[in-house]
Amino acid sequence: MSPPRAPASAAARLEGGTLLVRVGGDWRITEKHPGWTEMPTQDAPQRVVLDGAALGSWDSSLALFIRAARSWCETQGSAFVLERMPEGAGKLAGLLAQKTALPATRPLGIPGLAAAVGTETVRLWRETKDLSQLVGECAFSVGRFFRGQAQFRWRDCLVEMQQCGAMALPIVGLISFLVGVTLAYTGSLVVRQYGGDIWIADMVGLAVVREMGPMMAAIVLAGRTGAAYAATLGNMKANEEIDALATLGVSPIDFLVMPRIVALFCMMPFLALYSDGVGILGGMAIAAAPPLNIPATLYWAEMQTIVDLSDINTGVLKAGAFGLLIGLAGCWRGLQADRSAAGVGQAATAAVVTAILLIIVADSIFAVAFNILGW
Amino acid sequence: MTATDSTPPAIALTDLTCGYGEQVVLEKVSFAVRRAEIFFIIGGSGCGKSTLLRHMIGLQPPLRGSVRYFGRDFTAATAAARKDLLRTFGVLYQGGALWSSMTLRENVALPLELLTDLDRREREEVVALKLAQVGLAGYEDYFPAEISGGMKKRAGLARALALDPAVVFFDEPSAGLDPITSRKLDDLVREIRDTLGTTIVIVSHELASIFDLADRVVMLDRAAKGIIAEGDPRRLRDGSDDARVREFLNRRGEPHRQQEGPLS
Repeated sequence: MSPPRAPASAAARLEGGTLLVRVGGDWRITEKHPGWTEMPTQDAPQRVVLDGAALGSWDSSLALFIRAARSWCETQGSAFVLERMPEGAGKLAGLLAQKTALPATRPLGIPGLAAAVGTETVRLWRETKDLSQLVGECAFSVGRFFRGQAQFRWRDCLVEMQQCGAMALPIVGLISFLVGVTLAYTGSLVVRQYGGDIWIADMVGLAVVREMGPMMAAIVLAGRTGAAYAATLGNMKANEEIDALATLGVSPIDFLVMPRIVALFCMMPFLALYSDGVGILGGMAIAAAPPLNIPATLYWAEMQTIVDLSDINTGVLKAGAFGLLIGLAGCWRGLQADRSAAGVGQAATAAVVTAILLIIVADSIFAVAFNILGW
Repeated sequence: MTATDSTPPAIALTDLTCGYGEQVVLEKVSFAVRRAEIFFIIGGSGCGKSTLLRHMIGLQPPLRGSVRYFGRDFTAATAAARKDLLRTFGVLYQGGALWSSMTLRENVALPLELLTDLDRREREEVVALKLAQVGLAGYEDYFPAEISGGMKKRAGLARALALDPAVVFFDEPSAGLDPITSRKLDDLVREIRDTLGTTIVIVSHELASIFDLADRVVMLDRAAKGIIAEGDPRRLRDGSDDARVREFLNRRGEPHRQQEGPLS
């Protein structure tokens, strides 16, 4: 950093059997500097002399130049001499010569089909075991909770309830309203063809209360809360905070996982009911407008002819189950996360994907079960 | 780049007041670090060592005062001048702060890729040189999660050295290392200074390293909110007028009465 600077230079001259390279100026790796390949090196001289008499300041760039010259001399069989060169530069260049062989790296390339299927199967089996273990640990934790032995903090649970419940109302409301609007629009295209405009109330009501209300609330919460749980727990794992809890004798399941799952389990039914109401309002708004022109009271009365308490109950029951699944997926992926910044990001993504997958699978099971039970 | 006077010090702090918002941690700190010097910032926990470092490297704007590198003002620098000055120094963070999604090769190569015109082959050579310099030749393709704590620090140092900065800052280099690894890191620091004439600034409270390496130290104190001693650590240990300084450097006497504070 000592200004002003002379640009780095290297001038080569052949004197008999000796190639004399005069190195001068200030060598900086961040600025332009000569490379050995620019030297006139057509014939192999007996000797190569690097003369640093005119050298100003220097850094690794000079070491790289010396190293390139030295290895060229070795291949040509020429003697290599450093004259009036800083001792450190030669030493630094020498470090590269000692470079040890690279350790074996992971094999690259595409694995065979059998290997890929095998690896995925093993991974799936391991993940299933892992998730089952978490479910088991949560079950034990519930047991401890009812015996009053769990280190469960209601304060944390209430904060989580506020986060996943009240704070989610605006986004759940907006999405549910729009889903109601979309359902009414799409449905009206069909029912109007048969002159059954009023049936739009039945269609939207039933679809929202049985399916879309709980489902929309669950999907919003999977993205909003499930991902947040995974990121929080993943970060805590990376910072060894979970290890610190474990060494205190505090179960991370009791202390971190259960408050979150309980919060989601308690809040999801309320969110689903809220989502039902707002979704119905969305449908009602579209029905009231042209071309359907159905008054709100008529819409409400028609809807009550088909939607009864059992429909609402099935929706609420499903919502509770979805809450459990989102909480489990979020906490599971968080606890599984790699101890790195990238690991936390992957855990959050995986939490959302897992939660949505579990929600859809559970919804299908509920559909079949309710059909058999006649609910 | 313009010459101001014949040889301005590598770093000059003038009445630097450090803090966060309304909270003042250090008041009117002034000292200069000479070129090619190994300089320690020492003091007990919570005295503001790391805060001072964060202000010196521009992670935190000072409340008042200035930091100058080689005579050029860093605090009031324009965006372009600041970018240029940032290349003057490298920083080794406490945990190495390696980017976990990149291999060691990519970690060291990134500053070269972003801030120099070197082509790929040249970059590879510099990376190999830097990793060899810190004794990690052969570990190019390892990820940070696959190496030990001491190796992470050395890799972090290789990255800090990638652009051959004139100044290298170390934040608690001994933290989390065993005495032997820590000693090896000290040897490496000395070798870098001796080979390249790099100015070294180390934030530490590790006495062994301080006495082994330091040309000069400044000692900060939490209650005084500033420097309570400056000079050769051996002389300060034996001849300082201030009992706090003697106690710290001898690490004996009364149990620590200093208020407990956040870990620095």
